[in-house]
Amino acid sequence: MKPAEHNVERCGGASATPPSPRERPRVARRPGGRWLGAAMFLPAILYVVAIIGVPFLMAFLYAVGDVRVGSVGYHFVGLENFRSVLHSPAFRRSLFNSVIFTVGSQVLVIVGAFTLALALRDKFRGRGVVRFLVMLPWVAPVSLGAIGWKWILDSLYSVINWLLVAMHLFRQFDAPQWLGEPKLAMMSVILVHTWHVLPFSTVILLAGLTAIPRDIPEAAAVDGAGFWRTLVHITIPMMRPILNVALLFGIIFTFTDMTVVYILTRGGPYDSTQVVPSLAFFTGILGGDLAEGAAISLFLVPILVIVAYLMLRVAHRAEVT
Amino acid sequence: MLGHWSVIVAFSVVLAFPFYWMLITTFKQTSDLYDITNNPFIFNARPTLEHLRLLFGETLYLRWVGNTALAGALVVFITLLLALPAAYALARLTGNWGQRLGIAIFLTYLVPPTLLFIPLSRVISLLGLQDTIWSVVVVYPSFTIPFSTWLLMGFFKSIPKELEDAAMVDGLTRFGAFVKLVIPISVSGILTVVIFAFTLVTQEFVYALTFIAPEAHQMVGVGVPTFLVRGDVYYWGSLMAACLITSLPIALVYNLFLDRFIAGFTVGAVK
Amino acid sequence: MAVVETRGLTKVFKEGQLGAVNNVDLVTREGEFLVFLGPSGSGKTTLLRMIAGLEQPTAGEILIGGNVVNHLSPRERRIAMVFQSYALYPHLSVYNNIAFPLKAQKIKKELHREKVEWASSLLGIGGLLDRKPRELSGGERQRVALARAIVREPTVFLLDEPLSNLDAKLRASAREDLEQFHKRIGTTTIYVTHDQVEAMAMGDRIVVLHQGFVRQIGTPKEVYDDPADTFVATFLGSPPMNLLESDDVVVGFRPEHFLPADRLREGSRIPLRFRVTYLEFLGAERILYGSLAGSRFEEKEVLSRLPAAVSEAFQVASVYDFGVASESLRFFDRQSEKRTQPKAIAWQ
Ligand SMILES: Nc1ncnc2c1ncn2[C@@H]1O[C@H](COP(=O)(O)OP(=O)(O)O)[C@@H](O)[C@H]1O
Ligand SMILES: [Mg+2]
Repeated sequence: MKPAEHNVERCGGASATPPSPRERPRVARRPGGRWLGAAMFLPAILYVVAIIGVPFLMAFLYAVGDVRVGSVGYHFVGLENFRSVLHSPAFRRSLFNSVIFTVGSQVLVIVGAFTLALALRDKFRGRGVVRFLVMLPWVAPVSLGAIGWKWILDSLYSVINWLLVAMHLFRQFDAPQWLGEPKLAMMSVILVHTWHVLPFSTVILLAGLTAIPRDIPEAAAVDGAGFWRTLVHITIPMMRPILNVALLFGIIFTFTDMTVVYILTRGGPYDSTQVVPSLAFFTGILGGDLAEGAAISLFLVPILVIVAYLMLRVAHRAEVT
Repeated sequence: MLGHWSVIVAFSVVLAFPFYWMLITTFKQTSDLYDITNNPFIFNARPTLEHLRLLFGETLYLRWVGNTALAGALVVFITLLLALPAAYALARLTGNWGQRLGIAIFLTYLVPPTLLFIPLSRVISLLGLQDTIWSVVVVYPSFTIPFSTWLLMGFFKSIPKELEDAAMVDGLTRFGAFVKLVIPISVSGILTVVIFAFTLVTQEFVYALTFIAPEAHQMVGVGVPTFLVRGDVYYWGSLMAACLITSLPIALVYNLFLDRFIAGFTVGAVK
Repeated sequence: MAVVETRGLTKVFKEGQLGAVNNVDLVTREGEFLVFLGPSGSGKTTLLRMIAGLEQPTAGEILIGGNVVNHLSPRERRIAMVFQSYALYPHLSVYNNIAFPLKAQKIKKELHREKVEWASSLLGIGGLLDRKPRELSGGERQRVALARAIVREPTVFLLDEPLSNLDAKLRASAREDLEQFHKRIGTTTIYVTHDQVEAMAMGDRIVVLHQGFVRQIGTPKEVYDDPADTFVATFLGSPPMNLLESDDVVVGFRPEHFLPADRLREGSRIPLRFRVTYLEFLGAERILYGSLAGSRFEEKEVLSRLPAAVSEAFQVASVYDFGVASESLRFFDRQSEKRTQPKAIAWQ
């Protein structure tokens, strides 16, 4: 065998340690860092506290005082306003209506949104268009959508009634007064509100559905589970946290909202669709009784606190797992 | 398969129907609209542009759109000015507390207008802002800032810390790194927030209804359902035209950014 | 137990493009451990998913136990599948994960516990039944997935790269466990992998796939010693077979057959000069990288793999006398890349 001409082992070059890369100097947390953080953070906090916190306290002050629009003095009246609100039939009615309105629409929203989300999960031709169409009620301004429904549910020219008459289900002047009869009016505001919130819940649930790895439902199929078993035993349990999120947002958006009621019925007929927020509006803003209006509004707080607490629990659980 | 398609068709039809109906109504002659013997799904008389002429020529619709756009731009400006640094501080500087404060600020987004509108209406009139768009410009950031901060916090957290460290080694201050490096990198996140804040302004109803009374200063969401009705007379054709023309562009833009908003709503709960 | 057969099985995801699986014909044998081997993207998973019923074929037939099952849903095919990610149900305990197929197939409730215990003890996870999947290690998850697959005593087992999520050490022991396990239950098994070592070690037979086509079906020895084409020749074996082009044939020989001349029998030896460009010492063997010198294949890159028993020192940039035994040569058609008869070629 011949001796090598250039006896350079392959690893010869590599074995010589290259100049060690200069350690990048660790950026020391300068003493100013903390202050800078506060300075960047505080303006936003102050703004939000000023616009939310201050009125929130004022709401309590109003509620335990006797302020009216145009009145000058302020007298502390204790829980008087709350007592009178609690005893007022109008308030009790509105609280009851709020519960019906919230529970009714949330049941419909969750069932409907889940169904729709399941249908939109897999790609299909035209899914983008379908998604745009079904999102419209949420992304368009709600007051304008509600006006659209007011026209569709019109007492004389309702297209729904025209269809019912055309199908001979009703006679011309017997057709349902969607917004004119107490029970129908409540049903209508529930349905229109459902129409408005459903897309939002749908996309939230869709996010949850697409986060389930595809092979989980496939494994279930191979294991012998059909559509319903997979849905009940696999998909829904896995969706629990996200279903909670959708539900909690839905409750807040529904219990505290007055837009649909205001546009469609103004709380009528005979207060049959008056909800707590709209009653606060009519009492405090239009009626000028700031104290009682504020007291009515404050009845939203317990609901908000409970929902916020549950929301934190969900967030916490999601972090832990 | 059949079930799948029937669900899709049924939901699309029901959810989009009002907008289809706005479209039909916009171009129908009044006499056609108000004849209950007519089939409402077809044009029984020639289509007309009369409602559009009325809307643009004889109402303050365009003024309302302008008011809304102006208020929207100002709210976006205030929101970015305050939420960008706050989100960055929460994501980077305040460390462990960042997450908790972030959640707290997110929860303030859930405070509804119907809880605060009564005392706020007093504050607004004390400040002399009643019946001007400045009332909503001041108040709306109270809910655009919390959610925008939350969203931006997520974006900032996805930027590797090393990038800023490197910039600071290269001679920038931390604030300089934020302005010259972090913000340019986060353009898409910032755009999301811009769209989000703007659409919220166009959609808000309760505050606008409470604070602003005169016709000329209305926001479009209140002006249309309030002033296109004279007493008991609804100008349905123009009303529907206004609803459609306002809704579609907002819906189109919002739809583009929807997935990012949803990601903001669902952080942590998905997975 | 049953035999799986495919006839002309094809899957085209996008019309006009090459199929992910093309015209695959294969038949398993009773109780066999059949391995699908191919580089990533070669269509192994797609083929397996069609057999499982998770993917509809574009063309062709699938038979299980002699019956065409194309139109049966996965649950009706009585197969079991272990997914690459294991696809354990995260919200269910190990016990309920394993019991899920029993519930889904409406097996009498009284039998559940007994069967779950049988399956879990077979895999040595009897102590984990109350845990949730996220509380398990990778190896334990894999066993749970296997237990879930065997608990209903399927006719066919499908496994999609079940070891690829394990670290190297665990993989070796899990491989052995799997082999033992197959011996014990004897169910026909189709096993997908891109790892040739796994395939060689475990397979009764190997199906080599490339771009959706079956390149060869044979025992590990057949596919290694007698590759059907140049793809199989270079895909199997590490380092791959040396290939030299000569007129209309390609001649190949494995690096372990390319040895110092004095290691080969005089008579059948084809002498070649070898210029070493660098060498790797791998403990049990050495790999020499270099090129041929001084023949008509001057500059052609070739490799030699020397067992530790060959102790000569080699130096970079030197030229040595090497050679290959003529019976170690394999010939392929240059056009079709398919195996052809041995042929005399001019070496110098
Ligand atoms: N659902 C799908 N849609 C489109 N193309 C796919 C799909 N699944 C797999 N493919 C394509 O088919 C080919 C084979 O994929 P696969 O069977 O997963 O290969 P392997 O499992 O061998 O890595 C790849 O090119 C892949 O991109
Ligand atoms: Mg694969």
